[in-house]
Amino acid sequence: MDLAKTTTGLQVSGIEVEAPVALVEKLRVSYRAGKRLIPVLVDVDLTVAPGETVAVVGESGCGKSTLAGALVGHLRAGSRIAQGRVLIDGQDLFRSSGAQLRRIRSGTVAFVPQNAGHALTPSMRVGDQIGEVLRFGRGMDKAAARAEAIRLFGLVRLPTPDQLLTRYPHQLSGGQLQRVAIAIGIAGAPRLLVMDEPTTGLDVVTQAGILALLADLRDTLGLAIVLVSHDLGAVARLCDRMLVMYSGRVVEAGPTAELFTAPAHPYTRGLLASVPRITAPGLPVGMTGGSPIGPGTMPGCAFAPRCPFAQQACTHDPVPELTNRPTLTDSRVSACLRTEHVLAQPVWTAQVRPRVPREFGPVLLSVTGLQVDYRSKPDAASGPTVDGIDLEVRQGEVVALVGESGSGKSTIAWTLAGLRRPTAGELTLHPRTAGEAGGTAGTADLTLPAAKRAPQWRRQIQLVFQNADTSLNPRRTVGDAVARPLRLLGLRGREARVRRDEVFADVGLPTSFADRLPAQLSGGQRQRAGIARALAADPALLLADEVVSALDVSVQASVLGLLDDLRTEHQLGYLFIGHDLAVVRGLADRVVVLYLGRICEEGTVDDVFGAQGAGEVNHPYTRLLLDSVMDPMPGAVARIADASAPRTKADEPESAPPPVGCAFYRRCEQRIEGVCNTQAPPVRQPVDGHRIRCHLPLTDLDRSDELVEVR
Amino acid sequence: MSGITTGSPGDTAKGDAPRGSGTLRSLLGSPIAMTGVILVLLHVVMAVAAPWLAPYSPIATSPLDAIVNPSSSHWLGTDQLGRDVLSRVIYGGRNAMLISVVAAVLSVGIGTALGMAAAYFRGWFDEILMRILDAVLSVPAILALLVVVSVLGAGAPVIVLAATVVYCPAVIRVIRAGAQSVVGLDYVTAARARGENPWATMVREILPNVLDVVLVEFAMRASWIVLLVSSLSFLGFGANPPTPDWGLMVSESRSLLTVTPWAAVGPIIALATLIVGLNLAADGLAKARGIDRITGGA
Amino acid sequence: MLGKLIARRLALALLTIVLATVLVFVALQALPGNLATQILGKDATPDAVAQLTAQLHLDRPGWLRYLTWLGGAVHGDFGTSLATGDCVVSMAGDYLRNTAVLAGITIVVGITLAVILGVVAGLTRDRLPDVLISGVALIAMSVPEFTLATLLVLVFAVKLAWFPAVVTDGPDASLRTILHNVPLPAAALSIVMAAYIVRMMRTSVIDVMASEYVAMATLRGLPRRRVLLHHALPNALLPALNVIAINIAWLVGGVVVVEAVFNYPGIGTLMLDAVHNRDVPVLQYIAVIGALVYVVSNLLADLAATALNPRLRTPARAS
Repeated sequence: MDLAKTTTGLQVSGIEVEAPVALVEKLRVSYRAGKRLIPVLVDVDLTVAPGETVAVVGESGCGKSTLAGALVGHLRAGSRIAQGRVLIDGQDLFRSSGAQLRRIRSGTVAFVPQNAGHALTPSMRVGDQIGEVLRFGRGMDKAAARAEAIRLFGLVRLPTPDQLLTRYPHQLSGGQLQRVAIAIGIAGAPRLLVMDEPTTGLDVVTQAGILALLADLRDTLGLAIVLVSHDLGAVARLCDRMLVMYSGRVVEAGPTAELFTAPAHPYTRGLLASVPRITAPGLPVGMTGGSPIGPGTMPGCAFAPRCPFAQQACTHDPVPELTNRPTLTDSRVSACLRTEHVLAQPVWTAQVRPRVPREFGPVLLSVTGLQVDYRSKPDAASGPTVDGIDLEVRQGEVVALVGESGSGKSTIAWTLAGLRRPTAGELTLHPRTAGEAGGTAGTADLTLPAAKRAPQWRRQIQLVFQNADTSLNPRRTVGDAVARPLRLLGLRGREARVRRDEVFADVGLPTSFADRLPAQLSGGQRQRAGIARALAADPALLLADEVVSALDVSVQASVLGLLDDLRTEHQLGYLFIGHDLAVVRGLADRVVVLYLGRICEEGTVDDVFGAQGAGEVNHPYTRLLLDSVMDPMPGAVARIADASAPRTKADEPESAPPPVGCAFYRRCEQRIEGVCNTQAPPVRQPVDGHRIRCHLPLTDLDRSDELVEVR
Repeated sequence: MSGITTGSPGDTAKGDAPRGSGTLRSLLGSPIAMTGVILVLLHVVMAVAAPWLAPYSPIATSPLDAIVNPSSSHWLGTDQLGRDVLSRVIYGGRNAMLISVVAAVLSVGIGTALGMAAAYFRGWFDEILMRILDAVLSVPAILALLVVVSVLGAGAPVIVLAATVVYCPAVIRVIRAGAQSVVGLDYVTAARARGENPWATMVREILPNVLDVVLVEFAMRASWIVLLVSSLSFLGFGANPPTPDWGLMVSESRSLLTVTPWAAVGPIIALATLIVGLNLAADGLAKARGIDRITGGA
Repeated sequence: MLGKLIARRLALALLTIVLATVLVFVALQALPGNLATQILGKDATPDAVAQLTAQLHLDRPGWLRYLTWLGGAVHGDFGTSLATGDCVVSMAGDYLRNTAVLAGITIVVGITLAVILGVVAGLTRDRLPDVLISGVALIAMSVPEFTLATLLVLVFAVKLAWFPAVVTDGPDASLRTILHNVPLPAAALSIVMAAYIVRMMRTSVIDVMASEYVAMATLRGLPRRRVLLHHALPNALLPALNVIAINIAWLVGGVVVVEAVFNYPGIGTLMLDAVHNRDVPVLQYIAVIGALVYVVSNLLADLAATALNPRLRTPARAS
């Protein structure tokens, strides 16, 4: 009772009297860097009622992972609790003895990490790793532990549990590892499961399966869950309540549905406005720039420098308190002084960047029959890695390649860049509009490796990489990196510097950054520098390989906006590689869906994604992908999320293409035995330019009636 | 987005973070490395300024003053021929240090070039190089050195050459491993896609990122070569009497250890402080720059 | 697949040994100067030189001499010593036994000690036990074997008189005598060898203890003992294996100096004599043994790594 009262009215209606399973009070965690103490968490409060699912959202560096660790009594080396306490089942974790802590961890609270591949001991069989938790935590003998482990593996819907017990972590796929980690998490029969980004890094179909599993486990086991995530779709899908964190503090908290529909804090609004949505026909508007500043580095609200509603009062001490403000419902709190004003403003809904009507130029890139074979010798069990790829990119056009990991998207890009040798096919780069300064006569054969291509053609194709951390040399200045490709243009000295400054301006980086090292830039700035380097060569075609997938949503929105502007300004063609369908929906003109190196479907974004995030006619694989997408809408449920169905096959990506037939047939629920596995699928065209490679007749692929039903 | 044990608080710009800045600064910033550098510098000064520092000639014998214990005129006493031990200790490192610097520069230089090339080109070049290295490494280093020295004599150029051949393979392996973790990174891929000259890519993109490893290797190999040269002298395959040389001095005064311990202990301390200094410098640098200092045997 | 892998490793090992013998052969025979002159000295008569040249077949081309030697070596015939005229294999037998005793004790004592100390240092990072262990290891690395051996003699043989200072018996001494003489040289070698392994082990333990999987094992509420022995240690040993193998191979050369200090009748002493006498067949034989030890210790390290690391013995996930 007492505990519940102290929690600033955060309790969810209906479970007011029950003692919370987790209670965090005024928690302040600091990190020692050299001689300075850097605050990581500041005055964080959190209450989790039994059976409740609470989300902690925010961008990297906001302290959400530190909070997750604190809930299981774990702090990073060098961090310490400066103030406050963390109670699990009434017991203060940071004032417990080693034995008490072990007892709590093996029975009351469990942690599921982000990357199960790193979190499982590589030298131990997964069966032994779950078995030891059962034996030491629940006192079972070996036989009982084995039986229980098999039951738990079944519960998390792993196929053939008894066989999996003897596997080592490296023998399992990402999705399977995450399921094993969840099984180990629930093995001690905990009351609270703390999960740090449990689906990040997994393919979209696998993600949907894991989230469905979690929802199911929560309901059947009565688990309380704290879900730390930046994925608002997952939060909307799973969580009753959410906390939004910014710069080490909670800035807003309340029921998920209310926060999604009427966000009270400007940061929550900005976050929601940054998320691309598959139902929206354009890119998200995002929020105004700048990176978050560290907690305690300036007086007042940490978000004020980026806040469109900020007034003078916002930047004065003391920091705005997190309280239930007038006009908010009882269960909500916000740390914004101007909550009433903010709430009165129109909400983010349906705001998108306006799409400029496009006219595409002549064809830049044409690919026919591309095949890349990584196998050292042909074997009967599989086919080439990439096969039968036909592609065209026109000037000013964005063509997106989508598919799960292993779909061959990056292989295609790398082959075009001259870093891989194709085994068959014609790859041709055409000159830009005649008469233009950069125009070159003739065409270029892209089957040649990069070093053998003529410099004027080499510069026409430029790669932009996914990971901004590794795409720039940490020991060279940003200016140096951008200036390097200018040599391909024959520019040196002053001319090169002028051009470099132009490119910096193009990507929105101050020229003063030229002397900085990559480590002195934020993630978004580094990605901009990576784009600047590609742009410096004055290319016609950009190969953008997952360029925004490692970025936080607000940064992602601004980089996507930049890419969109650049292609209009410079009439660039993009081959945009991505796995986030909502991003592709917002940026691309045409989309090519790949499965195991083969094209399943291609068409305009409108044909493939339709008006509601699903086309009227789709390839079964495209449909699986689209159905797995979770739109960040309160109450939204991925269409695939039929929690009762055991998903042992469909949500596990395969790694090698079959030698004959349709690449997707092994996972396809509509496959025709004897046809799909023996013959290459024919091309079907529901409308001109929309091509689906499938044996099923179009009438079987049509689901316009179904769409009406769902929405 | 960080795992439970990784990631720094805040993904934001690290304004004045010293991470990308110079190797020199991290050397100066680490007390361990500084201690090492100071020790090594002291030795260098001692070797260079030996003629001015040494109170006596290192080779002048004085049978009447033989085996004198430390006194105000002979701080470390004299040896069995009456030579001043302190003077001999001051001179005794010159030979070994000069050889070790030259041989370390050569073996680390060649090793860096070949190691980076092996990592960059991969394929048959890497394969053949590794086979040859394996064969060279499998021959006991001391055997190779003894054979070469016994045939060609113990001249400094011979020892430099032999030490280079013996230590180069290990350096190649270490640099290759370091470079391998860099060649796959996107900025090297970008250079490949730009069609840059392989050697230019290695020098511009790879070398700066393995430079710390190179420096650590240099300090370590230099220390090993000093040890090796001293061991050779000790075995009678290095400097010839009456040259002042630490290894030779220990060998000569070993039998008189109980009578005049300083004649042996003096050079031992000199040798050990030099090696400790080099090791501390390597350790401090490795620690400051976050390198795994995976070392082999002596 | 595993069988193929083993076959490949063995073939590579054989190739390494053959290449090593080529290198030594070239170094011994192709270096400037006539071998016969060098063996007989400057005062030898031309007749004697010519006779020896013929006897050593130095008039034949180098590759032919190498193949002849290799042909013999394959059948276990490594020729006769130029110094004594005895069969190399039987002559080196006693020396080899003595060094094997010395090296065997060094390996067992040195590695056990090093692993334990390295783990203790890694677990107590930057605290007193670690500072002490790391400090001693650093000093042990910095003192050449001959000085270490000399100091040991000073303390344990001269001052305390616990052990004999030098071996007075020949190579054919009884095993009892050898064992009586072994402690000091073995201690000197163990200390130097352990220093490197301790450092490697310490780094490796620190890395593994900072890994996510060890943190997770702790967060599952497992007892610390369990976390250390089952989750941390097998993975911490893995990177140290290579260093251990290199150090075992290093022993073949490392014994030279230590044996010289103690006048220990082992392979190192034999090597020094052979170098002095330019006894080519003996040196060749020692080189083969050195290469063999190198190759075998690396193979054993690989095997141990395979046992510790399931990635090396089980296929990755099936498609």
